[in-house]
Amino acid sequence: MNRYFWILGGFAALVALLAVGLNLNPRDVPSPLVGKPAPTFSLNVLAQPEQTLGPKDMLGKVWLLNVWSSWCVSCRQEHPVLVGFSKQSKVPLIGLNYKEVRGDGEFDMSKMSAEDEKKLAFQRANRWLAQHGDPYTLTVMDLDGRVGIDYGVYGVPETYVIDKAGTIRMKHTGPISPDVLAQKILPLLAELNK
Amino acid sequence: MMLRALFLALTLFSLGAQANEAAPLAADPVAEKRLQDLSTELRCLVCQNQTIADSNAELAQDLRTEIRGMIQAGKSDKEIIDFMVTRYGDFVLYRPPVKGITLLLWGGPVALMLFGLFALIRYLRQRATRLADDQPLSADEASRAAELLEEIKPK
Repeated sequence: MNRYFWILGGFAALVALLAVGLNLNPRDVPSPLVGKPAPTFSLNVLAQPEQTLGPKDMLGKVWLLNVWSSWCVSCRQEHPVLVGFSKQSKVPLIGLNYKEVRGDGEFDMSKMSAEDEKKLAFQRANRWLAQHGDPYTLTVMDLDGRVGIDYGVYGVPETYVIDKAGTIRMKHTGPISPDVLAQKILPLLAELNK
Repeated sequence: MMLRALFLALTLFSLGAQANEAAPLAADPVAEKRLQDLSTELRCLVCQNQTIADSNAELAQDLRTEIRGMIQAGKSDKEIIDFMVTRYGDFVLYRPPVKGITLLLWGGPVALMLFGLFALIRYLRQRATRLADDQPLSADEASRAAELLEEIKPK
């Protein structure tokens, strides 16, 4: 009897361990950037290519930084959620277009000049937003993904919540579902905007 | 013959592909070695069970370029590792530092082994006392056992 109890107990413990472990999302790597100042950048704005924008321009505001790209399939999935959000909320949503051309994998970058890449990237990004709707207050273009590295981007889409002092308060990796928006992002925005 | 030609073609093709990838490194074997060593210590976040050295994911390529740039800029190994950790966290390290949250990770296997040893020793001790306690059969028991054996003997 005692022996069966141990075996059963061990088995139950194993099941519990696996139940918890297998339900964790391995992509959900905690970002060390949460609680740190948003890495600075100065990138060209999609709508006004001669202008640049950086986190310091957003100081004093709570804002969202959403990393997207036209080749990113999951971005399409979260896009309606962002469009809905932009209609309801006054919180600025800044798009960070990540490696629009060279991230696609369809182009031989050794044969493309920087000028051509830039032109093509702006074209593609504009076309995509025209097609699917533009929820962004502004989009900035990270052509080579350098800014993406500073933000620890490893899977587009990613979204950062940044507070008035310019500190990253939350990072979400992967598409934003309506649930994530309603249960995690909106309450945090409300709290930060108090 | 056909197969052989195909195999040869594939081998040549893949050699060509490797040569392309390695081209920027070949210039400086010392830097190449450092890049190799560093990137085998770092996890690629896209394909999480590969190192940056092994992975062909785009991010891994970008990060190799980044590390190469830092090596050329004369950064130390520690500076380069810190650069990665501040962006991607301890998760990028294949050898995470020992601290509160990683204690179970580092200590777990040792604890499990000690537990196993302890259980084994306990079992062996119990078994030894049980065997030592074993009394020879009494005459009654012996005849009963012989009867039972007789019963099951195939005829």
